[in-house]
Amino acid sequence: MSTLQTLVDAVALGSLYALVAMGIALIFGVMRLVNFAHGELLTAGAYALFLTNDLPLAVSIVVLFATVAAFALAMETAVRPLRTASPAAMLVTTFAISFLLQSVFLLVWGSQGDNAGILPELNRAVDVGGLRIRWVTIASIGVGALLLAGTALLLNRTTIGLQMRAAAHDFQTARLLGVRANNVIRFAFLLAAVLAATATLMLVVQRPLVTPTFGFAVVIPALVGVVVGGLDRLTSATLGGFAIGFGTSVLGDVLPADGRVFLPSVVFALVILVLLLRPSGLFTRARAAAERV
Amino acid sequence: MRRLAGLSELAGPVLLLVLVAVLGSLASRSIQVEFRSALVSATIVIALYVFIGNSGVVSFGHVSFVAVGAFAAGLVTVPEALKLSASPELYPFIASAEVGNAASLAIAAAVGGVYAFLVGVPLMRLSGLAAGIATFAVLEITHNVLRNWPKIGPGAKTLPLVPETSSFLQVTLGAVAVAAIAFAYQRSRPGRLLRAAREDPAAAQGSGVNIHRQRLLAFTLSGALAGFGGGLLVHLLGSITTEQVYIDLAFITLAMLIVGGMSSLWGAVVGALLVSGLNSFLAEAERGLGSVDLPTGTRLVTLGFLMAATLLFRPAGLTGGRELQLRKALARFPEKWGKERPA
Repeated sequence: MSTLQTLVDAVALGSLYALVAMGIALIFGVMRLVNFAHGELLTAGAYALFLTNDLPLAVSIVVLFATVAAFALAMETAVRPLRTASPAAMLVTTFAISFLLQSVFLLVWGSQGDNAGILPELNRAVDVGGLRIRWVTIASIGVGALLLAGTALLLNRTTIGLQMRAAAHDFQTARLLGVRANNVIRFAFLLAAVLAATATLMLVVQRPLVTPTFGFAVVIPALVGVVVGGLDRLTSATLGGFAIGFGTSVLGDVLPADGRVFLPSVVFALVILVLLLRPSGLFTRARAAAERV
Repeated sequence: MRRLAGLSELAGPVLLLVLVAVLGSLASRSIQVEFRSALVSATIVIALYVFIGNSGVVSFGHVSFVAVGAFAAGLVTVPEALKLSASPELYPFIASAEVGNAASLAIAAAVGGVYAFLVGVPLMRLSGLAAGIATFAVLEITHNVLRNWPKIGPGAKTLPLVPETSSFLQVTLGAVAVAAIAFAYQRSRPGRLLRAAREDPAAAQGSGVNIHRQRLLAFTLSGALAGFGGGLLVHLLGSITTEQVYIDLAFITLAMLIVGGMSSLWGAVVGALLVSGLNSFLAEAERGLGSVDLPTGTRLVTLGFLMAATLLFRPAGLTGGRELQLRKALARFPEKWGKERPA
């Protein structure tokens, strides 16, 4: 396998994780909540695709976005008591919500997995100068870049975006100045839902088997990427998500065959290293490491 | 006298553990194992509490120490030939090691403690979210290595025929001893320093508390106790795979601690026993229990709901994170009694 091919695959996985990471970072930005349960938005979306498998594509996609948005709004309502909680309590609570939703999915659909195959034509590859590139790779990269740019525009050029940035910077003061906290937070969840639904679509094309841990398996690396990249800014968190996907993919190709089983260990060891050396994140300006003792 | 008054706070958890043991030994043979398993869970949750409760730092990684303890205790008690048939590549010093039951538990505690110390030296500098992610990374690494390195254990296979020596007497003594150690620690000088750092890190540091050192001490102690809990677990189950000491166990033990209340020993014990009881009941009900027959999966949904609801609506847990004031509770009792029966 050529170096270039390795890089293309790595960019594809990276942009997928970046989409998920951006959703997590958006919510963290407005309410300092690290949402472990973000993955269950993806799982819910994937089950929506499975249930509407026989319906026309457009209907499937509409149902997908509606389901994910409904889950996100329900989640927003559920976590309201957490707004004043400590970071550790928030982390454990969303962990619990994630566990609860996973067990509900398990209860309803079982652990065998259901086939939600959609848009199989995207899995075909085009040959570009000896490189095999699947359409879904191109779509992931394109859609990822588009959504990232769109979100950046929204945050920088619209009133609600300004309010979100103000809330992220200093929630109390923003409220005192008339920013409606509930609206801003709800909007952030909706935006995260759009990103999650898009990521679901890209994921289901590549891994059509939907299990209760479908989203959890993606959110763990994305979340790790967000923390490694730096939670405080949307860009650094998204880059972190990209980096973890890119790094995992490259390492998977580079490591010798008998060392490949230890890939998770290598990735997580690197994560610990980054957390120790740059606790505020890899892609942030080195600021006070307030969280260290 | 004040010492004795303090000790009464230990009486509550110990009495409850003993009560469960006595009830269990009177129960029918088929459900005795559920009671023993509840006591082993209590041991692991108390170990978890020693670090999380006193430091206020969340650790998702403690099941790693349970895992290494369980495999260590299992590997040193299974005969050499059996070990080699499960994993032919085992290092000779592991393959040839064969000790008695008590020694295997001591080894489990030592391995857990040493591993926690090594992990803790760098990790205890982190707090909050970073600590959560880093300890989660430890869990992933431990699982990945144990599963794929056949020289230190059975790898992805089962370690079979571990002597089932975790009798009622042994698990009760184990749980009570661990509770006593946890209690002694939280009332000791290092324990109080760490609790001060939990309440206000800046003030504690300003008063000369070396937070890193105190956290490391608690983490190591907690790792040793968790390793010991792993030893009890493997001798209870009689066999072990890496999947039994992974995310599911981490979820469940954390849920037990949270439901009970993570900042008191009483909370840890109450949470562990209550959730174990519920867990066993629901597992039985899923298999069909008289007229109750719940669909498979109800158990996990109930546990998840309980954990999420506790955290959202009663974040300090059922006990409110307070120790049981046994004397006050007893003193209040006749008073209430009197009011209910107007003379």
